[in-house]
Amino acid sequence: MFDWLENLSAIFVYQILEIEKESNLGSALSFFIYDVIKIFILLIAIIFVVSFLRTYFNTEKVRVYLQDRNEFSGNILASLFGIITPFCTCSAIPLFLGFIQARIPIGITFSFLISAPLNNEIVIAMLFSIFGWKITAIYIGLGLFIAILAGFIIGKLNLEKYILIPVTPMEGELEDVKIGLSFKKRLDEAWQNTVDIFKKIYLYVILGVGVGAFIHGYVPAEFIAKYSGGDAWYSVLVAVLMGIPMYSNAAGVMPLVEVLTEKGMLLGTALSFVMAVTALSLPEAMILKRILHTKLIALFFGIVGFGVLVVGYIFNFILGGSL
Amino acid sequence: MKIEILGTGCAKCKAMHENVKLAVASIGGFHEIKKVEDIVEIMKYNVVSTPALVVDGVVKSSGKLLNVDEIVNILNSK
Repeated sequence: MFDWLENLSAIFVYQILEIEKESNLGSALSFFIYDVIKIFILLIAIIFVVSFLRTYFNTEKVRVYLQDRNEFSGNILASLFGIITPFCTCSAIPLFLGFIQARIPIGITFSFLISAPLNNEIVIAMLFSIFGWKITAIYIGLGLFIAILAGFIIGKLNLEKYILIPVTPMEGELEDVKIGLSFKKRLDEAWQNTVDIFKKIYLYVILGVGVGAFIHGYVPAEFIAKYSGGDAWYSVLVAVLMGIPMYSNAAGVMPLVEVLTEKGMLLGTALSFVMAVTALSLPEAMILKRILHTKLIALFFGIVGFGVLVVGYIFNFILGGSL
Repeated sequence: MKIEILGTGCAKCKAMHENVKLAVASIGGFHEIKKVEDIVEIMKYNVVSTPALVVDGVVKSSGKLLNVDEIVNILNSK
């Protein structure tokens, strides 16, 4: 799909800048130009589409749909809503309490809270831009699996006592929420959102691709395989632990993951790493700490972390890490 | 009018507060602007995403950082 761009950047580097062919500098530079432009085009397109679809949903609406759902089907539905509902970590507290207030069980609430950041538009767009739709679909599928199961388990553990702010459950049913927006207004909002996000992440993308291009051009594959563990048993565990503090830098981290997998890091390890970056977010934990007991947050992190690990290992085991 | 901004103190909520001040300045007149940060108070408005804008007790918008023009439109439509 982007062959023309690859050729164009090669022509620019080798013929216009007259850098020697097969040189490390040439290889790194043409990769950098190609990758940055390709990612920018796809990022803008995908974030726009996702933002547009999301103008049809909001968390108030989701709350209405989730009220009075059974446990398991509720977990599935909540996880699915997590993909298409606009969600910001800063809203975690009102969302959590608002769901409990609507008598939505804590496990279903957590299914949503796990799925939403896991499927944020930046990660989806970056994954799609770099790895294509297959890996993106696998990522979303496995992410849903974790959100559904982790939420279900949390729901079974009777943890309501660890909510620190007393919430009085409301009586009766919520009324459906209407989002009355014209088509043009939706397009406007989606575009505005795309611009906002792009402004926030474009530097990280350039930085990430820059470092990636350097590795691509200068660091030999054996070196990466040796130090990223390759198929060693601990590589997934290390990847997950490294992913936790990198929250909100998904845009910068992803180009590195691309180069690392190209140079021998297994795909399961890479997927686990990306999931750890998005789902195990320290800022979200700090926000939730204001209303939830540390024990509950630790359990939440533990269960999700375990799920992310298992996914990585299974993936490496079944596919031998290649696709 | 009584204009309330609901938010738990995140960056978007602060930006919204500033925008509301500018919007009120541009429509003129005396209006009460109140920032509601207490989560228990916010829950009473049935809002699950912040920042939210409440005018005379009616929720006008939630989960979105509105710009000054949008707020002016909402206030003028009262």
